[in-house]
Order: sequence, then C-alpha cells, then structure tokens
Amino acid sequence: MGPVNVLLDNIDLYARGFLGTIELFVVSAIGSLILGAILAAMRVSPVPILRAFGTVYVNILRNTPLTLVIFFFAFAYPRLEIYDLSYFTRACIGLILYTAAFVCEVIRSGVNTVPVGQAEASRALGFTFNQTLSQVVLPQAVRNVVPPLANIQIALLKNTTIAAGFSVTEAGGIYQALSERGANVFVGLLWVAVGFLILVVPLTLLQRNLDRRWSTAR
Amino acid sequence: MTDTPMIRMAAVDKHFGELHVLKDINLEVERGQVVVVLGPSGSGKSTLCRTINRLEPVDSGTIELDGRALPAEGKALAGLRADVGMVFQSFNLFAHKTVLENVMLAPLKVRKQDKAAAEKNAVRLLERVGIANQKDKYPAQLSGGQQQRVAIARALAMDPKVMLFDEPTSALDPEMVQEVLDVMTGLAKDGMTMLVVTHEMGFARRAAHRVVFMADGEIVEDSTPDDFFTNPSSDRAKDFLGKILTH
Repeated sequence: MGPVNVLLDNIDLYARGFLGTIELFVVSAIGSLILGAILAAMRVSPVPILRAFGTVYVNILRNTPLTLVIFFFAFAYPRLEIYDLSYFTRACIGLILYTAAFVCEVIRSGVNTVPVGQAEASRALGFTFNQTLSQVVLPQAVRNVVPPLANIQIALLKNTTIAAGFSVTEAGGIYQALSERGANVFVGLLWVAVGFLILVVPLTLLQRNLDRRWSTAR
Repeated sequence: MTDTPMIRMAAVDKHFGELHVLKDINLEVERGQVVVVLGPSGSGKSTLCRTINRLEPVDSGTIELDGRALPAEGKALAGLRADVGMVFQSFNLFAHKTVLENVMLAPLKVRKQDKAAAEKNAVRLLERVGIANQKDKYPAQLSGGQQQRVAIARALAMDPKVMLFDEPTSALDPEMVQEVLDVMTGLAKDGMTMLVVTHEMGFARRAAHRVVFMADGEIVEDSTPDDFFTNPSSDRAKDFLGKILTH
C-alpha cells in the first residue's frame, strides 16, 4: 500500500477531520480576536477595575497550559452543572479564552505604537473614550500588529488538535481512526502535517495582503 | 447688556510637577475676536491653549466656554469639545482614514449627521481650504501644509463656535506656512472666534484684534497688535521682540 493510498483510502477520515479543524479554527479565531480586543480596551481604560480585571485575566490565562484549560472544560465544567454545552462549544470556549489573552497583549502593544496626538485629536473633536478607542486607536493599533496577530492565529490553528481530547472530530484525531483501520499511521500522520501546511497558506497570504494594503495608510 | 465672552479664564493655575506653567491666568476672548498668543518657548502659551478644551486639566481657577463652565471628563465634556475646533502643531490627522473620511468622521459619529450631508459639507470645506482634489488620499501622502489645511477643514466640519490653533505652522517647511496662514486669515475675516498660539508675527499684525504676550506662565501684555509691536510696555516683551525682529 503506497503513501498516496493511505490518503485516498481514508479520504473520508481526512475530510471529516480537517473540516472539524476548520470549524474549530474559524469560530475560535473570530472569538479570540473579538474577546482579545475587548480585553485590550479594558487594559488601557481609565477605569481601574476594568484595568485590574484585564491584567488578572491575561496573567492567569497566559500562564496556564492550554491542555489544562481544555481539560477544565472537558472534565471539570460538566460537573459544575451550570449549563449543558456540546463538546464542540466547550472546545471553542477553551481555545477562545486561552488565545484571547495573547491577542490582548499584542493589540495592547499595538495601542502603544499609536501616537498620542491621534487620541488627542479625536477627544478634541468630541469623541467619547469608547469612540476614540473604537474609531481611531484600535483600528490603527491592529494595523500595526498584523504579523504577530497572524502568528497567534497560526498557533491557534495548531492548538485545535488538542480538542481531540474532547472527542471533537478534528485532524489531530485522525491517527487514532487510522490505527483502528489498520492503516500505516506514520504515513497517515505525514498527510495530516501536509494538511496543516496547506491550511496555513491562506493565513499567510491574508497577512501579506493586509500588511500591503494597510502600509500605504501610514 | 454685555455679551458673554466666548472664552473666559479666571484665576487659572496649573503645575507640571514642580513647574508652575500657568500663573493666575485671566483672559477673555469676545465673540468674533481673533487673539494671538505670543511668547518665548516654555512660556506656557501652548498649555494655555490646551486647557481651554481641557486636553490639559487645570489645578484651580475657572474656564468657561460661551458662558458654560468646563465639565469634568465624560459625555458632557465631549459634547462641549465638539463645539471647539482645535488645530495641532503636528496635524494629528487620522492616519488610517482618507482625507475625506477624516473630515466626515466626527460629523457622522458625534453629530450623527447622515452620510450624504456629511460628505457634501466635507467636500465644500475641502474646497474652501483648496484641497478637494486630494480627498481620496491618505494623510501620509500629503505635504505638511496640505495636511494642516485638511486638519482645519476637519475642525470646521463640526461647525465650531471657536477655533483653537496650537502653533499650527511650527512643524511646516517655510514655503508651506503661507498656504496655512491664508486659510486662517480667511477664517478670521469671516468672523470666526480664534485663539492662535504662534510665532508668525506677520499673521499677528495682519489678522489679530489682540495680542497676548506670555512669559514664564504669566500674561505680561494684552494689547492691540499695533501697540504691542511698536510700543511694548514690558521689558520682557521688548527683549522678545528684539530677538525676533532683528533677524
């Protein structure tokens, strides 16, 4: 059985696995960018309690291994009997909460690159703090940190494999099914790696495209 | 019955740490008046300008705009700032927005104007400052003089009661100073209330109704341009004019 056959004979596994990966990634990427931006806004806000919350959140989530975060939502959360959530939802929540801490710090460093005059001009025009942040500061901050944000999202894409521990169907779990079918697991894993390489390509292209489009605005 | 002044500052004091930057400032600017603030660097004239819309809070004293005391930070202050146009030394155009978007943003978001009206008004103002043909460019693609004219249009788009200019030509190459001063002179002629911090003596002579001279955080002289330039009463003003006018 040749290496290509491992792929072709199990194409259903691969298709289902990578589809799961893409779903997890898209939901978690969007969620982490939104939550990360909100956390960054908290960390630069003039309200002490919001700043404190942002700081504590980032320091806890950033310093906890992702496997622990995921284990918490896989095994501990159901015992709390708060609200019944699907495996997929819990996996997304874990990934979003974890990744948002990193997104927050990158956006915050982007905020520091925006000249003070930009915020002064918008305050002078009558913008409130929230408008200054959402209309003027954050859009420029995000433009200045596209490469590190793309890095975080690529890391997120690979981190989705941890969700296999949740019985969510995704690419990281393909090898298990392969070994049950008696296929060559080593070759099978190489195909998984190729699959991830292919998934990263659009992210890299998107980063390059955004970088080029926004660089004219500076 | 006297008109309430557009700007009224009474007994205003401010420190930056140890430095006493504003000392017992009392200043009134009448409606339609153009007041030029002159003084050596470090005299507190920029700080004075920035306290008027509370970009710099003061330690004590009263500041009133059109008869209303400046509120503390928050919605009310934002509302009041919307009526005060400000032009900065470093332009501070929004770098991620085109020229047209820069002028439209505050009318859309603060005044809640509809898009068509905001755009029409923005184009009219850009024509007035002579820059409508650049409206789709980004600020970084314009010269300093062009950026500053856009900044003036952006401030005017809010239909302000008063315009504050904080050294509007100090960051410009010499050949671009005039195009900005021309726009400002036009505004002054149209009856806009203006407070202008500047080093442009020509503009002070030509367009100002009053010259306020500051040194070491104090208002030292407050007179007409003619009086100030030909017959300054204080030694500090004489010294300042001597240094400026001899070269």
